[in-house]
Amino acid sequence: MTLRADRPGLLFALIGLAGLVLPLVQFKPNRIVPGEGVGLPLPLTALLALILLAGCLHWPHIWRLAGGLAGLGTVVLTLGGTARMLMDQAPDLARVAPAAGFWLLLLAFSLMLTDAVTRLRPSLRWRWLMLAGVVGLVVLVLTTGWLDQVSVMREYAARRDAFLREGAAHLFLAFGSLGLALLVGLPLGVAIHQSPAARGPVLSVLNILQTIPSLALFGIMIPIFGWIAANVPGAAQAGIAGIGVFPALVALFLYSLLPVVSNTLTGLSGVSPATQDAALGLGLTRWQVLAWVLVPLALPVLLAAIRIVLVQNIGLAVIAGLIGGGGFGTFVFQGLNQTAMDLVLLGALPTIGMALVAGIALDLLVQSLNRHTPRSA
Amino acid sequence: MIQIQHLTKRYDGKPVVDDVSLTVERGQIAALVGTSGSGKTTLLRMINRLVMPTSGHVLIDGQDTGGIAPHLLRRRIGYAIQGHGLFPHRTVGQNIATVPRLLRWPADEIRARVDELLTLFQLDPDAFRDRMPHELSGGQQQRIGVARALAAKPDVLLMDEPFGALDPVIRAKAQADLRQIQRQLGTTLVLVTHDMTEAILLGDQIAVMDQGRLLQYAPPAEILRAPATPFVEALIGPDMRPFHLLSLTPAFRIATEGHATGTPIPRDATLRDALAECLWSGRDALPVEGGGVVTLTALRERAAP
Repeated sequence: MTLRADRPGLLFALIGLAGLVLPLVQFKPNRIVPGEGVGLPLPLTALLALILLAGCLHWPHIWRLAGGLAGLGTVVLTLGGTARMLMDQAPDLARVAPAAGFWLLLLAFSLMLTDAVTRLRPSLRWRWLMLAGVVGLVVLVLTTGWLDQVSVMREYAARRDAFLREGAAHLFLAFGSLGLALLVGLPLGVAIHQSPAARGPVLSVLNILQTIPSLALFGIMIPIFGWIAANVPGAAQAGIAGIGVFPALVALFLYSLLPVVSNTLTGLSGVSPATQDAALGLGLTRWQVLAWVLVPLALPVLLAAIRIVLVQNIGLAVIAGLIGGGGFGTFVFQGLNQTAMDLVLLGALPTIGMALVAGIALDLLVQSLNRHTPRSA
Repeated sequence: MIQIQHLTKRYDGKPVVDDVSLTVERGQIAALVGTSGSGKTTLLRMINRLVMPTSGHVLIDGQDTGGIAPHLLRRRIGYAIQGHGLFPHRTVGQNIATVPRLLRWPADEIRARVDELLTLFQLDPDAFRDRMPHELSGGQQQRIGVARALAAKPDVLLMDEPFGALDPVIRAKAQADLRQIQRQLGTTLVLVTHDMTEAILLGDQIAVMDQGRLLQYAPPAEILRAPATPFVEALIGPDMRPFHLLSLTPAFRIATEGHATGTPIPRDATLRDALAECLWSGRDALPVEGGGVVTLTALRERAAP
């Protein structure tokens, strides 16, 4: 340990100390009205402040990691404990909602943790284990029921079945639209790679699609698909409808096309002309050149496209809630309508969690491929 | 044997290769020389039908290549290019094994062939088989590129500026090695180059091309002594003619009885080397290893048409 200030640590400490000053939770008479702030008990405030201040100095990275974990654990467990204590004598309608203090502390310690992980430069295997460990810890904390008195979990308890259903719908929307985009986008990317004349027009159309705001896109699609469902025989039976899952899926699919197609093109174009010429000259057929040479070499860029699209669609799928397409967006828009922020959080938090896990997992996959392709393929 | 008959390629009506006919005898090296845009690469690529001829025929050992599916034809013809074009995601061994795998050779035969070729190109199989192309030096990559082209024992090998990316020292070694391996295997070789020195060094026959037309097709000595057009003369470079001419003959060929002092020159040193040695060491005659001498007078006779 040296007595030189650690700049990121300083920033995290500022965020965290602000969190310590602000109330940890809001104690509300019911789920809609604002309530009074309740802070951390003094010993815990002191403990967290100590960790944050220690983070301003230079320590071995592993200590920083431990500090971040300890801080996160303390904050989350204190949230659950405070909620339990306050709700013990409160009427059933009362709510204990996480407040600004909680979110700032969560942010500060998460940053400290990720910063420590980055500095530790763990091997790929360790990073996979860490990801699994974090997901496992979250699941564990939730299943123990320690947080059950927190407002968001109260909302969950009231909607257990709906939550699972909308979660499945959300995954279906995100992965379904990704699957469709790959099914159409990959061949399209290959096609415009083979015929450069088509590149400009195809990419222009996809670019324009990308710029249409999602609400406007729904506005355009609702009458079109509504008309088709009403007038084309069999269309309604096939699932085509102006509102619901179908237009949501189509919108997400359209937004996914540009990243998939342009990354396919970028990946294929990145393969050196000499390599392709040699492959053809040695007697590979066009398909063999594609399968043996172009696709393996373009794979990291293709996976990057899948990462972009998946993370983007997990987030975008929330708007499906607006037109009855299901997904966690349902809770977000219900919550907004009822001004019940806890319900909004019930939709937003799992969405953020899923996007984070998907993004990190695919990053790790891309890295392991970059390391392995030269040897295995 | 490769017979090229009235081969023409037009892009939008403009001829890139214009009615070229020439024959490369079995086991010989034909060097296609010309400036860029002369059509030499297009001519080469029509032999393995990477470019489809507008008209004309290419016969390999009497068989018209137009009647064979292009990818099957190419598996019978070796192909090596500038910048080697190795597959960066495959090991050296896998790269070399490309065509044998396409031809579905048994696995143990492929393995044996890979090791045989690595040895032929003076690369230790155990050390290089599982390396990735990017781990090799430029000269090693180039050798793997040629080894890959030779893997399925083709009778014909096509090379497009194969040494273009190498530095001069490595290039000279690679050229000498290629010459030796080609003689050893008896492969018929067509080589595209813009470098007349390389063409003279390697070619049994030199084809000089300009604006799609074949200006002259002859052995190096004839090209040097009797260039068909001013363009051929310019491509040789008048200042280089005597030296190119001298470089065609090894010293022992003109060695005569006599006496000379100083360090002897190797038997297969070229007359050009001998001249350089005479000038540099201020001698009028050099002893040749294994007997005989080369005199400055003899060199002068050989340096003129």
